[in-house]
Amino acid sequence: MTTKSRTRLSLALDILNHGGLLIVALLFLFPFFWMVTNAVRSNAEVMAYPVRILPHVFEWDNFAKAWTQLPFGRFFFNSMFVSVSVTIITVIVSCLSGYAFARLKFPGRDALLMAYLGTLMVPAIMLIIPLFLIVNSLGMVNTFQGVILPVAFGTFGAFLMRQFFLSIPMELEEAARIDGASRLRILVSIIVPLSMPAIGLLSLFTFIAQWNNFLWPLIVMTGTDNATLPVGLTYFQTQQGTQWNFIMAGAALSMLPGVFLAILLQKLIYNSIALNAGMGGR
Amino acid sequence: MTAINDVTEVAGSQKRSRWGSRLDRREGRTAFFFLLPGLIGMVLFLVVPIIASVVLSFTNWKLLGTPQFVGISNYVRLFTADPQFWPVLRNTLFFTAEYLVLNIVISLGLAVWISSLKMGQRWFRVVFFLPTFTPGIAVAIVWMLIFAPGGFFDFIMRSISVEMPSMLTDQTLAMQAIIIVSLWAGVGYNTVLFNAALDMVPQSYLEAARIDGANAWQRFWKIRLPLISPTLFFGTVMTAITSLQVFDQIYVMTRGGPGNATATLGYAIYQRGFQNFQMGYASTIAWVMFAMIMALTAVQFWLQRKWVHYDN
Repeated sequence: MTTKSRTRLSLALDILNHGGLLIVALLFLFPFFWMVTNAVRSNAEVMAYPVRILPHVFEWDNFAKAWTQLPFGRFFFNSMFVSVSVTIITVIVSCLSGYAFARLKFPGRDALLMAYLGTLMVPAIMLIIPLFLIVNSLGMVNTFQGVILPVAFGTFGAFLMRQFFLSIPMELEEAARIDGASRLRILVSIIVPLSMPAIGLLSLFTFIAQWNNFLWPLIVMTGTDNATLPVGLTYFQTQQGTQWNFIMAGAALSMLPGVFLAILLQKLIYNSIALNAGMGGR
Repeated sequence: MTAINDVTEVAGSQKRSRWGSRLDRREGRTAFFFLLPGLIGMVLFLVVPIIASVVLSFTNWKLLGTPQFVGISNYVRLFTADPQFWPVLRNTLFFTAEYLVLNIVISLGLAVWISSLKMGQRWFRVVFFLPTFTPGIAVAIVWMLIFAPGGFFDFIMRSISVEMPSMLTDQTLAMQAIIIVSLWAGVGYNTVLFNAALDMVPQSYLEAARIDGANAWQRFWKIRLPLISPTLFFGTVMTAITSLQVFDQIYVMTRGGPGNATATLGYAIYQRGFQNFQMGYASTIAWVMFAMIMALTAVQFWLQRKWVHYDN
């Protein structure tokens, strides 16, 4: 084989290789396509057989109707409120605990850190029954604080922030300490501004986990008005004369923040997962 | 681990003068206030629930009325008298086994494929990762429409003349539908994880093997796979833990049916706890799930000696 024909062959293989995965990726994206194209057709057409790939008429105002009539708009704001609140509490609590673990000396520190790590092994679904009973006895069933507080104190954040704080040079805060700045002051005005990558990562994953959370809000939010978006989606699923087109519009709305963040922050996500890959025992 | 030991050494090696111990006490007090919010949350929403869960599993509490201590009779009833328990356990193990194997095989395949590309690696990663960041409930609802009788899936099957019953209403196919949905929603994370691990394999190793005459197949099995095996192990353990807890897809698509063909442990906990309000009995099922998670993780750690390759 000549060099020329060999490069031509490897170029052809390369194109085939890229094209093959492109087809797989497009097939993989089909459920997204199906969701959006069913959101913008009439309900009769969603149920019609034979199935049409594209809507007869694109009814874009179905999104507006689903937002106001079902009311997915309200559910959207409920979800946003819950997810943002949990994220804010988690970040504050994790920074405080993480700083104590990274920089302060106190008896039993390492044992406590181990206990924090140990709690990560307890699966969430195991705790829902006692947690519900606690929320019930506090009178917080069907309230936002009932949904928010029990999930806002995860111990992973404290560990993540500790690891990051340890990588910040001690000298940076020593000058401030000599000037008599308090620990809280040092944390807020020196450490936190330097830790934005870690705080961003913790916020992103906390927000997404809560935005997508279903079982816990399903149990606590017993009334329709306070439902989060995933819980709200299931309310209309079993009703007579289900408006499938509106439900698809609601599903699309619920996917919007995650899709947006996954595309926008792909580098951050890849780097954080790569960190896991690197730590996978090596 | 190393970091923790280093910090202890530094702390221990400092000389404790009287002046130092006063400072230490002040620092301890600061640490206490810094840790307080997290500690209150952890005790109230983690430690107390864990203890309560153990206690509950030995009672017959039904939310209303006073709980009675019933000893181990919940556990006895679960294993000997409950007609639904064994099918639920079998469904859970079946789901976990099939889902785990397919998830690892598909995500590893996609990761290798993506790493072989010269262009657009990050965009392919994003595509397969997208469902990971979207609500499982929304994913399940979309797939429910696809699998609905007379829906898109039936339409495709009929147009290629394949005669088959509707997925979600068939005793054996319903679980397969749940697994397909779970795979679509779940392969993305492991794909990115394994892809990142493959990116970390030093190019010089692969070059050296190429010069020694190893073909692509040999380079994969003899070099890349052993080198990423710790990450593969990590991904397998985490995926197994989450798949034993499967709930969202089942709640939306089948509610455990038809019959109890897709009822899993996670669904049984919800059903017993929040539909029948048998808080004690549901806690018993939760502890069986915990025991299974621990057992499966232990088995995987035992098996890793045979296939996971660690440097030094």
